[in-house]
Amino acid sequence: MSSTTTTSNAYQVRNMNFFYGTRQALDGINIDIPAQSVTAIIGPSGCGKSTFLKSLNRIAEAETKVRIDGQISLFGQNIYDPKVNLTQLRRRVGMVFQRPNPFPMSIYDNVAYGPRVFGTKGNLDALVESSLTKAAIWNEVKDKLRTSAQGLSGGQQQRLCIARSLAVNPDVLLMDEPCSALDPIATLRIEELIENLRTQLTIIIVTHNMQQAGRVSQNTLFFNTDESRIGQLVESGLTKEIFFSPKDKRTEDYITGRFG
Amino acid sequence: MTMSKQSDDLTQPLEAGRTFFNTGMTILSGVFTLLGLIPLFLVLFYVLSQGFSSLNADIFTQLPAPSGTLGGGFGNAIQGTMIMVAIAASISVPIGVLTAIFLSEYSRDSGFVQYVRFGVNVLAGVPSIVIGVFAYGVVVTTSGGFSAYAGGFALAILMLPIIIRTTEEALKLIPWELRLGSFALGADRFNTIARVILPAALPGIITGIMLAVSRAAGETAPLIFTALFSQYWLEGLNKPTASLAVLIFNYATTPYADLQHKAWGASLMLLILVLIISIVARIVFRRRS
Repeated sequence: MSSTTTTSNAYQVRNMNFFYGTRQALDGINIDIPAQSVTAIIGPSGCGKSTFLKSLNRIAEAETKVRIDGQISLFGQNIYDPKVNLTQLRRRVGMVFQRPNPFPMSIYDNVAYGPRVFGTKGNLDALVESSLTKAAIWNEVKDKLRTSAQGLSGGQQQRLCIARSLAVNPDVLLMDEPCSALDPIATLRIEELIENLRTQLTIIIVTHNMQQAGRVSQNTLFFNTDESRIGQLVESGLTKEIFFSPKDKRTEDYITGRFG
Repeated sequence: MTMSKQSDDLTQPLEAGRTFFNTGMTILSGVFTLLGLIPLFLVLFYVLSQGFSSLNADIFTQLPAPSGTLGGGFGNAIQGTMIMVAIAASISVPIGVLTAIFLSEYSRDSGFVQYVRFGVNVLAGVPSIVIGVFAYGVVVTTSGGFSAYAGGFALAILMLPIIIRTTEEALKLIPWELRLGSFALGADRFNTIARVILPAALPGIITGIMLAVSRAAGETAPLIFTALFSQYWLEGLNKPTASLAVLIFNYATTPYADLQHKAWGASLMLLILVLIISIVARIVFRRRS
């Protein structure tokens, strides 16, 4: 399977509407998300940015009943095609959650979990080491790989979760406010990590922190709710343009801290 | 009540009435806690003091003495109880745990699950003697006699709702984020349950199983209808089988001091048995996780 197609867009989203039960959460989303770069999603609470992220690996439907119209394609393949194998999709699209969620097992087993689920047998030492190295946590845990992952600090746990995602060699990494439960130093380390991973895969990060979006991303999507509380994509573009010369008044108000 | 007496002095004590009420309620709840613990300690104390003297090696190795003679033991009853509880556990643990997994992991809120849950609660409330009569009708009358199988079957029905409820609770305590984390790595439901959720919930599940085992080991009514009793070592799983609970029931109601004494010993033995099973299970499963 060749995961490196020639198209420069990781995702193409066309006329996407998202419903939780009967309540619409997103309306008419159209966007291309470029590959091998970091895209930040910003917007006030309840604007649907996490919902949008969760539709990109179809994890939303694991949580509750949802309905999605329109089309989302990943490197040219429609991910809502009924024939899509969710297991395969989610292997290619990793996800890091708001609160670090290491499994209650050893550090080693956490990283080896994905490969084992996909039937990799035998010695995973090399893969575990390279994944932990990529997630910039190898030096801190190499002497205690067999101890419980839950003894790590919050920031270490979050980097472990990133290593866990990287172990199945994804093309895309979705991050849902990955630093909101972390202190500034741990946050900085995650941001450095994002910067280093950028050349290897596509990263899409939801963040409440505008400075963070400015620091880590090349492109930014600004979501907001309309009068009927339905989320919509207001503006998208290069991060520096969104931040320094927003076209939409709502974007400007949000960026400058007038609401949200 | 007015607020007129409020002052800015931080050291001003509570009004006398509130202080009195506070202290009174604290003492009251402490006293009732002690009252609640009294039966537990009395039972333990009585069983220990009455039963301890009758514990000796013969109890484990000897059969009950023929009526009218002293001595003997009840090794066959210990053996019978352990075998029937083992039969019951081997039926009820797989069914119970898998049912709980279905309720908690596969269809949390569907209508069908509500009915199953209701059914489990009803089953938990069925008196054990009714379960005994049921097992008598289903197993004893159709298989041609009292047997260890029938006893195990009755105990399994008794254990089932306890295991289902405690396992479901243990599974629900596992944070939803762990399941999402596993799904997000591409794991399917089976791998998520087998590799993440069950190991994490194992201590709670073991506790529930132990609770069910303790309950089953002490049940008398269902066994009277199904395993009956036997004066001899187990001759086969399809034969009437002795058990500690029925032995206690038989001996305690006789007018003979020696047999009453043995009943106390058997009660203590039952407590020790349950304690040992719990401790061993905890040690084994703690080491693994």
